Amino acid sequence: MKKVLALILAVIMMVSLLAGCAAPQPASTNTETQTTTTEQKPEAKKKFAFIFKNTGNPYGEKQMDGFKTAIEELGGEAILKAPDQPTAEAQIQMIEELIAQKVDCIALTGNDPDALQPALKKAMDAGIKVLSADSAVNAQSRMVHVNQADPERIGRVEVQAVVEMIGGSGEIAVLSATSQATNQNTWIEWMKKELEDPKYKDVKLVKVAYGDDLRDKSVSETEALLKSYPNLKGIIAPTTVGIAAAGKVLTDKGLKGKVQLTGLGLPSEMAEYIESGVCPWMYLWNPIDVGYLTGYAAFALVEGKITGKVGDKFNAGKLGDKEVIADGDGTQIMLGDPFKFDAKNIGEWKSVY
Amino acid sequence: MKEKNIIAKKEFNLKSFFFQWEWMLVLLFVVINIINTFLSPYYLDPKKLLDATMTFLDKAFIVLPMVFVIILADIDISVASTVALSAVVMAVSYNLGVPMALAIIICLLVGTLCGFLNGLLIVKFKELSAVIVTLSTMIIYRGIAYIILEDQASGKFPAWYKFLGWGYVGGIPFILIVFAVFAVVFGLLLHKTTFGRRVYAMGNNITASRFSGIQVDKIKVIVFTLTGFMSAVTALFLTSRMGSTRPNVASGYELDVIAMVVLGGISSTGGKGKLTGAIISIFLIGFLRYGLGLKNVPAQALLIIIGLLLIFAVMIPNLKFNFKKWGKVQKTS
Repeated sequence: MKKVLALILAVIMMVSLLAGCAAPQPASTNTETQTTTTEQKPEAKKKFAFIFKNTGNPYGEKQMDGFKTAIEELGGEAILKAPDQPTAEAQIQMIEELIAQKVDCIALTGNDPDALQPALKKAMDAGIKVLSADSAVNAQSRMVHVNQADPERIGRVEVQAVVEMIGGSGEIAVLSATSQATNQNTWIEWMKKELEDPKYKDVKLVKVAYGDDLRDKSVSETEALLKSYPNLKGIIAPTTVGIAAAGKVLTDKGLKGKVQLTGLGLPSEMAEYIESGVCPWMYLWNPIDVGYLTGYAAFALVEGKITGKVGDKFNAGKLGDKEVIADGDGTQIMLGDPFKFDAKNIGEWKSVY
Repeated sequence: MKEKNIIAKKEFNLKSFFFQWEWMLVLLFVVINIINTFLSPYYLDPKKLLDATMTFLDKAFIVLPMVFVIILADIDISVASTVALSAVVMAVSYNLGVPMALAIIICLLVGTLCGFLNGLLIVKFKELSAVIVTLSTMIIYRGIAYIILEDQASGKFPAWYKFLGWGYVGGIPFILIVFAVFAVVFGLLLHKTTFGRRVYAMGNNITASRFSGIQVDKIKVIVFTLTGFMSAVTALFLTSRMGSTRPNVASGYELDVIAMVVLGGISSTGGKGKLTGAIISIFLIGFLRYGLGLKNVPAQALLIIIGLLLIFAVMIPNLKFNFKKWGKVQKTS
């Protein structure tokens, strides 16, 4: 029996060796010639790839849905990818894979503004259109950025909200995503600028914690905040994963009314906490629209309708006409203002996204 | 068992030569390549395949010394934290004005020191197993990295430093060349020197080795120090690819590395396995990931497939063991 099995294995090995493939073989064996080549013609449909920060993020899934809808409306093929860890390493690997697949366009939400530059440059050198959405990569690594809302408005409005909730004085903290997330960092910068206003002299930002957009880490970071700052009165979580985690911790610990929560959250995930009052209100834009706009912008880039220069205009389907505007040393396309969700309107939005 | 590995010269037996785990891996490697080629029309492009090696070879540097560690029947799970700590120290010292060349040397020193400390703790506190010691240092090293940089990134390296991770020499990625050199050095060390034979002997029976005059503690410390050094080498290449570093880089690398070693046929009970097996499995897992990535397989599904491959790898040696009796002799080098 064993002999038979061994014999079969031996035969398989021999056959596969004869079939030949460039495999690194231990010394003292003859080299084989490379004979397996299967060349298929790539499909005519243009290919548009979208890389999100990581898997298991409902916000990202909505964005990818929107992107897919737009690309399918336009008759292209959408490739949706997300690494299992929110790291730039993993995204670099995915970009390499997409370059090898000869896609026409790569859209991504960056896990690091600078680390992706060599990989994205390589993609652009290969003739692939590159744009970032939601979380930007630096201006040298992209052609255009799709921005969900004015970062200044997001940052300021969240501080105003939390200050109103805590009654004008006390300690507040921020629970962010990763320390390298470009979008969150920009918003936090604006929060700090808003806090410089003398009318906030009694409000103190004690800590910016990073939950890495991972649910368990966000939960433990929230718990750490509550332990380290017993006088904490408010938390701003400008990330959908963070705000949901914080909502759960505050609910479980019975801190409703003692510690206020606001930030950016998905209505479907946050409805429970908004209805219970743990989070009186919060903000967000429609992530489906962010993805949808990214899809249309990607298509316009590939078609050559826009090049990413200031003043370029294109039609973004149901969102109407959009224009490319300046953003630091790069350019961007803006979706709109952040939208406020509170106990009055959450009911109608929670089933949407 | 022990005797078989210590005696270097053996008569060559064709049958047994082919019934080795390494051939099983070669077969698997070929099968994966054929499947990938059929799955994606973009797979079989030599240049793209070479480029793909750049994405997974950074961690491969740690696989080489990890083979030694596992042959010793030990384990080192602090490697990823060592990578993070040495990368962070390098970035911070460079940004404090230390010349880049010196910063690189500092990086290698930090890694080596981390490894040396692991080795020292393991031989000094014999009641603690390697897994406990390196679990503690894993947390400590990562913790120090977080204290130094908090949650921030550090980078802005000189332009030439990018060459390490992205450069080519004659069309071949630089990282691949460096890896090949290290692989040869480690291969010779394990299979052609007394040091290597002593490592095998210790993995098979540490008490017997001690009584036969092998300085077991010294060898252990050397092996763990080497592991630390190679982790720092990984840190150099990883940082170069990323252009910046954070305290949470390389998270999960220890498991990837151990997975590659185990798949390479190195028995976790010690004393068995060859470096070639581990090297083949680096490329096997790397190309498998790349091929599935080309098919845009979701990240979770990818993890499941690699998990299954590992279970398969752990199961098969039992089967192999049976027909090894039939093959009788195993070639050592």
